[in-house]
Amino acid sequence: MKTETIELAGWGGTAPSVASVVDVTADELTSEGSLTALDPHGRGLIARGLGRSYGDPAQNGGGTVLRLQPGANPIHLDPATGTVTVDAALSLDTLLREIVPQGWFIPVTPGTRFVTVGGAVASDIHGKNHHADGSFGAHVERLTMLLADGSQRTITPTSDPDLWWATIGGMGLTGLITEATFRLIPIETVHCLVDNERIPNLDTLIEKMITGDHRYRYSVAWIDLVATGASLGRAVLSRGNHATLNELRSYVPKAAENPLVFDPPVFPDVPSGMPNVLNRTAVRAFNEFWYRKTPREHHGTESLSAFFHPLDMVGQWNRLYGRHGFLQYQLVVPFEAVETLRTIISKVSEAGHASFLAVLKRFGAESGGLLSFPTPGWTLTLDLPAGAAGLGPLLAACDDLVLGAGGRHYLAKDAYASPAIIRAGYPRLDEWKAIRSSVDPEGMWASDMARRLDLI
Amino acid sequence: MINAIHQPQTILVLGGTSDIARAIVRELESPALQQVILACRRPSEADLGGFGDHSSVVAVEFDATDFENHTQFIDGVASKYGDLDIVIQAFGQLGTEARDDPASAARLASVNYGGAVSSGLAVAECLKKQGHGTLIVLSSVAGIRTRPSNFIYGSSKAGQDAFATGLGHALHGTGVNVMTVRPGFVRSSMTTGLDEAPFSVDPEDVAVAVAKGLQRGSDVVWVPGLLRMVFGLLRYAPGFVWRKLDS
Ligand SMILES: Cc1cc2nc3c(=O)[nH]c(=O)nc-3n(C[C@H](O)[C@H](O)[C@H](O)COP(=O)(O)OP(=O)(O)OC[C@H]3O[C@@H](n4cnc5c(N)ncnc54)[C@H](O)[C@@H]3O)c2cc1C
Ligand SMILES: NC(=O)c1ccc[n+]([C@@H]2O[C@H](COP(=O)([O-])OP(=O)(O)OC[C@H]3O[C@@H](n4cnc5c(N)ncnc54)[C@H](OP(=O)(O)O)[C@@H]3O)[C@@H](O)[C@H]2O)c1
Repeated sequence: MKTETIELAGWGGTAPSVASVVDVTADELTSEGSLTALDPHGRGLIARGLGRSYGDPAQNGGGTVLRLQPGANPIHLDPATGTVTVDAALSLDTLLREIVPQGWFIPVTPGTRFVTVGGAVASDIHGKNHHADGSFGAHVERLTMLLADGSQRTITPTSDPDLWWATIGGMGLTGLITEATFRLIPIETVHCLVDNERIPNLDTLIEKMITGDHRYRYSVAWIDLVATGASLGRAVLSRGNHATLNELRSYVPKAAENPLVFDPPVFPDVPSGMPNVLNRTAVRAFNEFWYRKTPREHHGTESLSAFFHPLDMVGQWNRLYGRHGFLQYQLVVPFEAVETLRTIISKVSEAGHASFLAVLKRFGAESGGLLSFPTPGWTLTLDLPAGAAGLGPLLAACDDLVLGAGGRHYLAKDAYASPAIIRAGYPRLDEWKAIRSSVDPEGMWASDMARRLDLI
Repeated sequence: MINAIHQPQTILVLGGTSDIARAIVRELESPALQQVILACRRPSEADLGGFGDHSSVVAVEFDATDFENHTQFIDGVASKYGDLDIVIQAFGQLGTEARDDPASAARLASVNYGGAVSSGLAVAECLKKQGHGTLIVLSSVAGIRTRPSNFIYGSSKAGQDAFATGLGHALHGTGVNVMTVRPGFVRSSMTTGLDEAPFSVDPEDVAVAVAKGLQRGSDVVWVPGLLRMVFGLLRYAPGFVWRKLDS
């Protein structure tokens, strides 16, 4: 166990705070017996995985942050049932390097491999396959938790339904997850068969996604927010399925000789202290390039890492936004609310803040997590430089549109919302709070986000 | 907790009736703002209006010279209203007549400097415990080079300014920031009836500069910005020139 007093921020690099940060394994924590000794300041404790959430859920100013480290022997694969039991501090990167060569893939992957399993459960993360497979929580069978009173408890959706659904998506505020068992999916190759298409505008995009997504396990659209007018919402739609060995043989016979070799390259980090290079001109040029580089229609194979984790090619790319950092604004609105979506996209386009990454996806069924984000509808994700002028009024207008349409915002990305916005988007918040206080009556688990959004 | 675009949730104003501070609060107003606490000598007379409709505004009793109670006062506010994102140190007296009366001059110094030190340290301790927060200190160019016509006030502001910048350095690494604001002549109730000096501004101008400073993470903010250069020179102007400028 190593303790230091340092400043922490989320991936967006905004609103940092200083806390006692303890590097600790689950074993070391559970052998402590009581957690109170770790909270000398009375500001509570929070778990931190790899800090890939964008805002402040894994920081706890003035209190203690438990930065979890995987223990020895963190992976137990059971090929007979297709499940794996892992140390919750394990990164998806490490896990994939172990299981992919054995023919298994994780049921849901975010846009980066550098998140922990604990973080994946606590945010009930979604991937490009949400419309087909749901969120991460839907694939979890069992969790072992360390609760506020220092006790350990192993739970399943049937043994403790309340605590279970308060923990899936519960942002670490119901207790610390030490171990998780979840189902994997079998794969024959490390490739996906991908269709990429250039789409000229929003209406065509919506239409294509509605009519064609069911043919693909994975689907996502990248929207060029620099385009306006008749081209508003022009996009690159990228959809695919895992390639079977036979398919790979016919597309890339050479790769089919070693179909399960998984060794994504690790590139050097962007140095710290960069100025914001993702300014308007650079983003405009990039968007134009990205759109043009995609052929009108392209059908082919892509490696798992290129298809799912292209951003992992550049370590610490968040530093490209400079010292002001950036925020990610992710919303979901019901399927009917296409006009709301259009208004938001055009507002952001007109404001000219030059979003680097605007992603549109369709969500399928809810997992059941009381604070889980995904709910059937369109989810739009925007990256915005935090220093941009006029962001406050723009986001406030978007908030009204989202909530007016019956939508909500994603806590794992949020660094900006107010308590009222979250309350309006999450009608089961009070139910969640009641469960939380039954397992943590003294309020041991606390984070900057929890205080900011009045979650505790 | 302040959000990613520097919108605070909670603001405490020490000297809650100050025109400049109230303009700053209005400028920082957003849907994120939940609570404004105006700490002033006569809370029952404080105007709670004019701050938009998102937040709840309260006035509580506070005197800058009540040194013994500052720690208890600040901690009490934090425990009642939660983390303090922004604290504005805005009290101050100009005391034009203090020059002829040593006792009242010393009293002015104890408000402007003593009060700044005492409440500033209490705030610093409180913000350190939360691991984040910004103390905004309304200093003045009057303290950069003291003028013959108001050197008592000027010297007290010089002390406050040196305290604030020093405190900022001392707090490095704690998550707490100190922003020292150096306005020139501001048209506020403090200066009503006085002849305007060059580079005069309104409280709203100070507010805009402070909000920008928060965005940029500035330690020192001059208002208007040009005064930084002007005082860079005036600081070294020969004595006879300086005296002439003040007459
Ligand atoms: C480039 C990039 C792409 C992304 N793409 C997606 C995406 O496609 N879909 C998506 O859903 N998300 C996505 N995310 C967000 C990310 O998946 C989540 O924020 C995730 O929670 C991060 O995991 P982490 O281990 O870094 O957790 P942290 O950021 O460290 O913590 C996040 C939350 O999880 C809690 N937590 C962490 N570990 C535990 C534990 N062991 N027990 C209890 N609580 C714990 C923390 O307390 C905190 O509340 C992306 C993030 C980045 C940077
Ligand atoms: N106006 C300028 O030209 C100018 C220029 C540079 C810097 N400043 C500084 O900016 C700050 C705010 O000034 P302002 O222009 O906004 O003037 P203001 O409206 O007169 O505000 C000053 C406030 O200080 C309060 N105060 C005085 N003594 C106090 C005490 N003992 N305890 C608590 N509060 C006390 C006053 O409250 P009461 O209602 O109790 O009297 C008054 O509200 C001051 O520090 C000033 O020195 C002003």
